[in-house]
Amino acid sequence: MAAAEEKTSPEISEMSWHGIVLQTLKRNDIRLVPYVPDRVLTTLIRNLHADPFFTTFPTAREEEAVGIVSGAWMGGMRGAVLMQTSGFATLANVLASLAIPYQIPLIMFVSERGTLGEFNYGQSLVCRTMRPVLDSLAMEHHTATRLDEFEFIVDRSIKQAITTQAPVALILSPLLTGGKVFDK
Amino acid sequence: MTNETPARNTKVMNRFDLTSRLVAKLKNEEAVIGGIGNTNFDLWAAGHRPQNFYMLGSMGLAFPIALGVALAQPERRVFALEGDGSLLMQLGSLSTIATLAPKNLTMVVMDNGIYQITGAQPTPGAAVADIVAIAVASGLANSAWAADEEDFERLIEQSMSAAGPTLIGVRIDDKPGVGTTRRDPVQIRERFMHGMSVREPL
Repeated sequence: MAAAEEKTSPEISEMSWHGIVLQTLKRNDIRLVPYVPDRVLTTLIRNLHADPFFTTFPTAREEEAVGIVSGAWMGGMRGAVLMQTSGFATLANVLASLAIPYQIPLIMFVSERGTLGEFNYGQSLVCRTMRPVLDSLAMEHHTATRLDEFEFIVDRSIKQAITTQAPVALILSPLLTGGKVFDK
Repeated sequence: MTNETPARNTKVMNRFDLTSRLVAKLKNEEAVIGGIGNTNFDLWAAGHRPQNFYMLGSMGLAFPIALGVALAQPERRVFALEGDGSLLMQLGSLSTIATLAPKNLTMVVMDNGIYQITGAQPTPGAAVADIVAIAVASGLANSAWAADEEDFERLIEQSMSAAGPTLIGVRIDDKPGVGTTRRDPVQIRERFMHGMSVREPL
């Protein structure tokens, strides 16, 4: 994989955050992308559906999506899961009993709700559970806030997850995505 | 109380016997995903195969894991064995599977109406819910209760050439699992990936 040695290309750094996710998934041969939606992820999900490279579909729960990409990895197909913060909060059991002990490179993109202008109190409380859960499981996680660093973080994190057979959470901060604004 | 499931014209069978009948039919390195607890204990006891995956936690995810394997390897037949209590935790997965409609996936629900491994407490739906009816209503048209052992074998064989995913419900007794899975998750996963021809042995 020559991609590991590539520098961030000027084309990629000029792309939107969701364009970088899509291109970086593709470059790392990640074809299976189940998700539970989030307003912020809408454009990414639409573009994944429009690209025949990807098998992408909604699931009823986030842990279901984790089970699916775990099975796919063992069958030789790479996957990633998209969710929002409240969905991550449902995952402690499956992370601790499937992804981590079986050493499965689960790649998660978590749209961060509950911070930087959150208007829903429940979302802000559940957000505070996320990093303590990740830290208590000693799971690799990165919070992406800047477009110019984003491709590096995503690409290197995917490669590290696969080569070390360990899960990773990529948290998409409102500083990167614009977040969800209080409009109704 | 333990078998007070709704009256059906179905025999109460035994999980280890049914699992052994299924394993005896496997000739083409088919994958088999065992749910947590007794489901995978009996799968282990029916004869270990590298194509078996044994869950040690993540209750309710046998069908989603099997779906992932089925999507990754559409030419390989994938079976999943799940308990009724486990399935109740993840009913939404039936709709996901119905929508994706992998034709190489066969799901078996071992229904005894109890959380057997934790002390045989009844599941919340034990007396009223019909797992096969739920599966049909979730979009899995090819779902049926097995009337007896011979019917189970017939349904398994039928599923191997079905045009869509198959779900087979079996009423089982409350006998404990026969074996005990070796509890080494990395070894289980690595052996399974060898069985799936994804990895070479070291």
